[in-house]
Amino acid sequence: MEREHVSRQYDAELNDIREHLLEMGGKVEMMISDAMKSLVDRDTQLADRTIAFDHEINHLEVAIDEKCLQVLATRQPAGRDLRFLTLALKIVTDLERIGDQCAAIAKRARELNLDPPLKPYIDLPRMATWTCVMVKEALDAFVRGDADLAVKVCEDDQFVDDLNEQIQRELLTFMMEDPGTISRAIKINYISKCLERIADHATNVAEMVIFMVKGKDIRHTIA
Amino acid sequence: MTTKVQLDNLNVHFGATHAVKNVTMGFRANTVTAIIGPSGCGKSTVLRSINRMHDLTPGARVTGKTLLDDSDIYGKDVDPVAIRRRIGMVFQKPNPFPAMSIHDNVIAGYKLNGRVKRDEADEIVESSLRRVALWDEVKDRLRQSAMDLSGGQQQRLCIARTIAVRPDVILMDEPCSALDPIATMKIEELIDELKEQYTVIIVTHNMQQAARVSDVTAFFYLGELVECGDTKKLFTNPDNRQTEDYITGRFG
Repeated sequence: MEREHVSRQYDAELNDIREHLLEMGGKVEMMISDAMKSLVDRDTQLADRTIAFDHEINHLEVAIDEKCLQVLATRQPAGRDLRFLTLALKIVTDLERIGDQCAAIAKRARELNLDPPLKPYIDLPRMATWTCVMVKEALDAFVRGDADLAVKVCEDDQFVDDLNEQIQRELLTFMMEDPGTISRAIKINYISKCLERIADHATNVAEMVIFMVKGKDIRHTIA
Repeated sequence: MTTKVQLDNLNVHFGATHAVKNVTMGFRANTVTAIIGPSGCGKSTVLRSINRMHDLTPGARVTGKTLLDDSDIYGKDVDPVAIRRRIGMVFQKPNPFPAMSIHDNVIAGYKLNGRVKRDEADEIVESSLRRVALWDEVKDRLRQSAMDLSGGQQQRLCIARTIAVRPDVILMDEPCSALDPIATMKIEELIDELKEQYTVIIVTHNMQQAARVSDVTAFFYLGELVECGDTKKLFTNPDNRQTEDYITGRFG
């Protein structure tokens, strides 16, 4: 069983950071889902709201950074507390980048909504759902210190990579057959790349969880 | 790297109290080893075993081997005073000899070996005081009482006194506990320099200090050695759960 700190205030400070990270995670998951919805449902207003929402993610990043710095300065953490805090600082950056990617997807959706759809969107929503789950599981793994779940997230990245490649091949075919589709295809390709990058950020978080739990740094070792 | 001091199955009893239990560990030459642990864990008892201080405690019984350069310091024909010349000690409260001047304090231990010529004494005093970064502060008042110095200066004077006899090992029992933060920093800086020539073993209840000054940290609990290892690793990713609970402040 996890022992509590002698200082309850210290425990409260760490829990506060944990909760804010989960809040930030929940919000970026919502952004992924809304960005994709704004494309599939051709909902430009939702796209606008998603783009504006990125400011909230940025504020959370600043707030969590500040809390982490304060704990580092006042508590001089060691062991697993030190690993938790330094990784929280890195994870916040990954989450903020996910927010940026979602805003970029929403911008492309806004542009694509002005033209007839190239084809029914099937693989992109699948990618978005899968990526959302990866982000959620990576954060759950971080908060619970669950290395096994983190390993699963790392393995799931392959599915997203494969889907991205498949989408690119398909789009290439469209463009070769009909140059009139190039403009839309490029935007869809960009959205696919954004989702693939979001999955990579989730994998980064998962790799850091494994380090936090096991003290083993596996970053840059998994192909 | 050679082992300067080796404890083999060290046990210390004070009457019926078993204060230190089956401790086996080595202290490498020219390193700083910090001994940490909660109050009553036996860290000072272990330290004082190394220079036979418990010889002076009625009812104390030390068993096992304590080796200095492979010779057991508790051997039959070993002179404890000679041991204490090779293994010096700095205490928590600075303790310059009150009736002596700064100069005489530094050379006091050295003089126990026999007569010292004045020139030689002056040279030893100067080099020792320079070594502890105290020379510039006191060179114009060497004949004044040591008690006129500040706490931090007195502690550096005690360290100068210790190194004047050219020991192999310096034991420090919470040397900064009675000092202000700046004086503490100066002593920590000095400890880092001292390891070039000596082997330093420091007991401290200040974990951050142990993390700052030492190469190796040993964690004790209830008289037993729980974990001993590279300081950076012990404070970022210790092997033992109990060690981690202690260094993260989860100990009740």
